[in-house]
Amino acid sequence: MKEYILILLSTILVNNFVLVKFLGLCPFMGVSRKLETATGMGLATTFVLTLSSVCSHLANEYLLLPLGLEYLRTITFILVIAVVVQFTEMVVHKTSPLLYNVLGIFLPLITTNCAVLGVALLNTQEHHGFVQSAVYGFGAAIGFSVVLVLFAAIRERVAVADVPTPFRGPAIALVTAGLMSLAFMGFSGLVRG
Amino acid sequence: MRFKTASTPHLSSPDTVSILMRRVLWALIPGTAVLTAFFGIGVLSNLVLAITLCLTFESASLALRHRPLRPFLSDYSVVVTAWLLAVALPPLSPWWLIAVAAGFAVVVAKHLYGGLGYNPFNPAMVGYVVVLIAYPAELTSWVAPLGLNGPPPTMEALASVLGGGAAEWDGATAATVLDLVRTETGRGRMLSEITMLPVFGWFGGRGWEWANLAFLAGGLWLLQRGVIQWQIPAGMLASLCLLSGVFWMVDPEGFATPLFHVIGGATLLGAFFIATDPVSAATTPRGRILYGMGIGILTYVIRAWGGYPDGVAFAVLLMNAVAPTLDYYTQPRVFGHGER
Repeated sequence: MKEYILILLSTILVNNFVLVKFLGLCPFMGVSRKLETATGMGLATTFVLTLSSVCSHLANEYLLLPLGLEYLRTITFILVIAVVVQFTEMVVHKTSPLLYNVLGIFLPLITTNCAVLGVALLNTQEHHGFVQSAVYGFGAAIGFSVVLVLFAAIRERVAVADVPTPFRGPAIALVTAGLMSLAFMGFSGLVRG
Repeated sequence: MRFKTASTPHLSSPDTVSILMRRVLWALIPGTAVLTAFFGIGVLSNLVLAITLCLTFESASLALRHRPLRPFLSDYSVVVTAWLLAVALPPLSPWWLIAVAAGFAVVVAKHLYGGLGYNPFNPAMVGYVVVLIAYPAELTSWVAPLGLNGPPPTMEALASVLGGGAAEWDGATAATVLDLVRTETGRGRMLSEITMLPVFGWFGGRGWEWANLAFLAGGLWLLQRGVIQWQIPAGMLASLCLLSGVFWMVDPEGFATPLFHVIGGATLLGAFFIATDPVSAATTPRGRILYGMGIGILTYVIRAWGGYPDGVAFAVLLMNAVAPTLDYYTQPRVFGHGER
């Protein structure tokens, strides 16, 4: 149990995927203009990331390793992620059209989120087991969502600030992300390894 | 007969940014004086360099942004930033270290966002954290307090500050008490044994304890004058005491007392002067309490388990990042309307 809590803490705070590992920056910059969309994106990413983390672990363990096809890992994972996203989209579309409308374009966009592939690859690199992979994926997604929501709230404020013209838009957003990353450096050393 | 009808609000406050900031400066003086008495001329050299450099950066930024210099320089906000930076940095910091910190504080954290009133992060803490991460060795060696080797000779010290050389005073620098507690308990030593060391003073680090009490006095004066509100300091100190109290009762030899956590380190300076920055803190009453509590909790977590000796700066920056979200979810009910 303690091990899983440590994995969660590590992925949410210490090794945050966005602010420390710099993965998943495209949705971080792209979908953080409004708080509502950021929340929706966070929810969708959390679901897909956890599911794809587990699925890619299964594919790696029971398909690639027994057949000796490790060199196909990256492309397999991309395929698995695409399938999971497509499957999620279809299920959500059929079962809850309301949620489908709220998530809109963000759902298919998750396919190209590098954090999702990053989690799958890091899981095999760190030799995580089944539950560990699930917790790792979930923690990474929670860390991503929390930071995305906080960032969106800051950006809503910066949008009305008297920012010098050359720094308007993405430039000041990147500066803000850098300062957030600076703050997250405070967590370094909190969880060893 | 005609009566003059003024529009609302009918009661106007004479307070301006300039008056408020000057009050903060007055309140900072006693703590700084005690620091100077214990740590020597280095505190003053920090102060002079920080104020000069911050004013230079502020003027340059204003000039580049085609803003008038006088109204912005006379609001004293940049002097408060410089002052906080000067007391946060170790005494006798070389000039280039202060320049890097001042540059990041004034140019990146403040003027890129449009100057006073728009910065989402506390400028002084951004400057401090940048140099803390970039130059950890310079930032963790404090001048030893008076009565414990004492500060180095004045002229040589000032020459090294301006020469920019790394000050290598034999035995004149010492780790701060928080640093000491962290490294020594990490080595498995008992806390009762560590606190017998001469650097500990009465209850929170020799020199530091009196300076922090002076900062507390200044902070209480600010509170009484209505410059700051009670929610943030109260939330921060309460959560810090509660958390450190629980861990201290579980393992008194492994975790320091709540008193040590409050008096030692930058807690009181942070609670009354840094966390209460009206621009970067949460603004709703409930949000302020949560904001203060968040800083207290994060400070304790970083101090007890993190990799940096004092967590106040990081805790403030982290809660600065959370503040807009807190404000969003804690908006008070408007009179005459239902919940949200």
